[in-house]
Amino acid sequence: MTGAQIAEKARSKPSVLPAPNGRDQLYGRLFRFAMYAALFLAFLGLGAILYDVAISGAPRLSTDFLTKFPSRIIPGNSGVQSALLGTLYLMLICAVFVIPLGVATAVYLEEYADRDRWYNRLVEVNIQNLAAVPSVVYGILGLAFIVRGPLGLGNVLLAGGITLSLLVLPVVIIVAREAIRAVPPSVREGSLALGATQWQTIWKQVLPGSIAGIATGVILALSRAIGETAPLLVIGAAASPRFNPDGLLSDFTAMPIQIFVWTQDPNREFVDLAAAAILVLMIVLLLMNSIAIVLRNRYEQKW
Amino acid sequence: MAGRFRSTSPEAAAAAPGAMGVRTSLVRTPTVRSRGEAAIRAALFVAAILSVVTTVLIVLSLVRETISFFGDVPIADYLFGTKWTPLLRGDQQSFGVLPIVYGTLYLTGIGLLVAIPLGLLCAIYLAEYASPRVRRIVKPIIETLAGVPTIVFGFFALTFFTPEIVRGLGIEVNQFNALSAGIILGLLVLPTIASVAEDAMSAVPYSLREGAFGLGASKLQVSLRIVFPAALSGIVAALILGASRAVGETVIILIAGGQSANLGIDPRESFQSMAAFIAATSRGDIPTGSIEYKTIFVVGFTLFLITLLLNALSIRLVRRYRQVYE
Repeated sequence: MTGAQIAEKARSKPSVLPAPNGRDQLYGRLFRFAMYAALFLAFLGLGAILYDVAISGAPRLSTDFLTKFPSRIIPGNSGVQSALLGTLYLMLICAVFVIPLGVATAVYLEEYADRDRWYNRLVEVNIQNLAAVPSVVYGILGLAFIVRGPLGLGNVLLAGGITLSLLVLPVVIIVAREAIRAVPPSVREGSLALGATQWQTIWKQVLPGSIAGIATGVILALSRAIGETAPLLVIGAAASPRFNPDGLLSDFTAMPIQIFVWTQDPNREFVDLAAAAILVLMIVLLLMNSIAIVLRNRYEQKW
Repeated sequence: MAGRFRSTSPEAAAAAPGAMGVRTSLVRTPTVRSRGEAAIRAALFVAAILSVVTTVLIVLSLVRETISFFGDVPIADYLFGTKWTPLLRGDQQSFGVLPIVYGTLYLTGIGLLVAIPLGLLCAIYLAEYASPRVRRIVKPIIETLAGVPTIVFGFFALTFFTPEIVRGLGIEVNQFNALSAGIILGLLVLPTIASVAEDAMSAVPYSLREGAFGLGASKLQVSLRIVFPAALSGIVAALILGASRAVGETVIILIAGGQSANLGIDPRESFQSMAAFIAATSRGDIPTGSIEYKTIFVVGFTLFLITLLLNALSIRLVRRYRQVYE
């Protein structure tokens, strides 16, 4: 018998499985419908958000909007220069704190830490829990220890930057650990076998091999930092300042705060400005995410 | 990973004596190079300890002011009081936290009512039904939703969802209401629930599905009766994580949910949550040591404990489902 004949014979035989009954088929279809409906609603939500923001915000978007300072009286004469610069500075401060600390912690936990030691387990559990602390609580921490209390910086740019750094540090650590873990042990063993010390192995092999993952994580964390409103509200960022921050110890505002202030304005024209500011913020976030994708595609190591 | 590089520990060297009982240690005496290595290790350890320091600082700042708060207000009045008016003066002032705890849970409840069915259906679709090609398109879209700043959700709830959709459907709501804020809160936590639950279901070994298919089960039966129960602890962890995000969410409720502490059940009215109270009260200019200042900390501590509890629960559940299959 040829293969074709066997197949023919098999087809002519009745299946050993019970014939699909009508009710099962109906449930299957209903369930599929429910899943599509759920996906549709999720997409609709995202679509509606983008639509709402674009419709009210796009007509307000211009280079003037980017270069002018917020006005409390004339909506048409308002812009986001101080807020946009504040957000960019905050991002820089965050990067300065978060990259070394986050990567160092991740390297320690992945490459050095002996998990049988209680203090290493403590650090790990701690990071997991810190990632779940609500952002508003970080605001309280910032208020008690950075703005007032021991550091006593006042509600200045540096205080905002440190608060946001503490907030996103757990995210960086978690993502960097995953990237480091993805470097196969054989790479380390090869390096050590050639006489490199442990640190040389990490610096010359492990970190270059995980740089794409780490960079992606850092960018994700920074984009979370610049989207945060609550902690900055709690530590007291300025509302609609008509000046740029001129140093680490200067008063500041940020895009989310400016959006918040405008959203709460009873004047509908200011609310439209909030939508335009949201568009600016979303474009910044989109740019950052594109960079992350490019980095990942370009430098990702295939082991 | 522990000791991945340590070829020989002192204990191992001692336990494996050389010929004729002469102990030859393979561990070198410290050199400049090994001292440098030790210094680097110590520096990295210090960085890792910073996260513990952060936690200690959070707890310290919260506890200090909380203790001071309970010096002014009896603890029973705070925990069991039903009137929350800490910012009023004289007889009007009252510190019963129940209304804002209730408000937080009420809003979270509405959010979860939206996010649980939608999030789980999305997760099942992505894990069991979607072809790789569809997955590659659908997953990033859902993740995009997770990357939208919460202030944008709040803006949307206040300027579009309440006036155009909810009122458009003929529901008479206040400008600030729990219904809109809660539903949009659900939209916010939907991606969290969907992606964590999907991970849990994808971790179920394929042999379980094959066995069920082999017995003649339909796709639906495999998804709901095999994969779903097998991934249940991970799915519950996803739900708890979602709940914990909703409990801690501030800006959506601050913008769209309003600021009146409410013990009612009408979702068309304005409600206040703990996080929203903190952000509404603290604008950087309240005097240190005043009762308003202390109130922020005591509410923050309450919120911190609730989310910590939820997180501990979720970590425990995730660990359990990992133990089963990996």
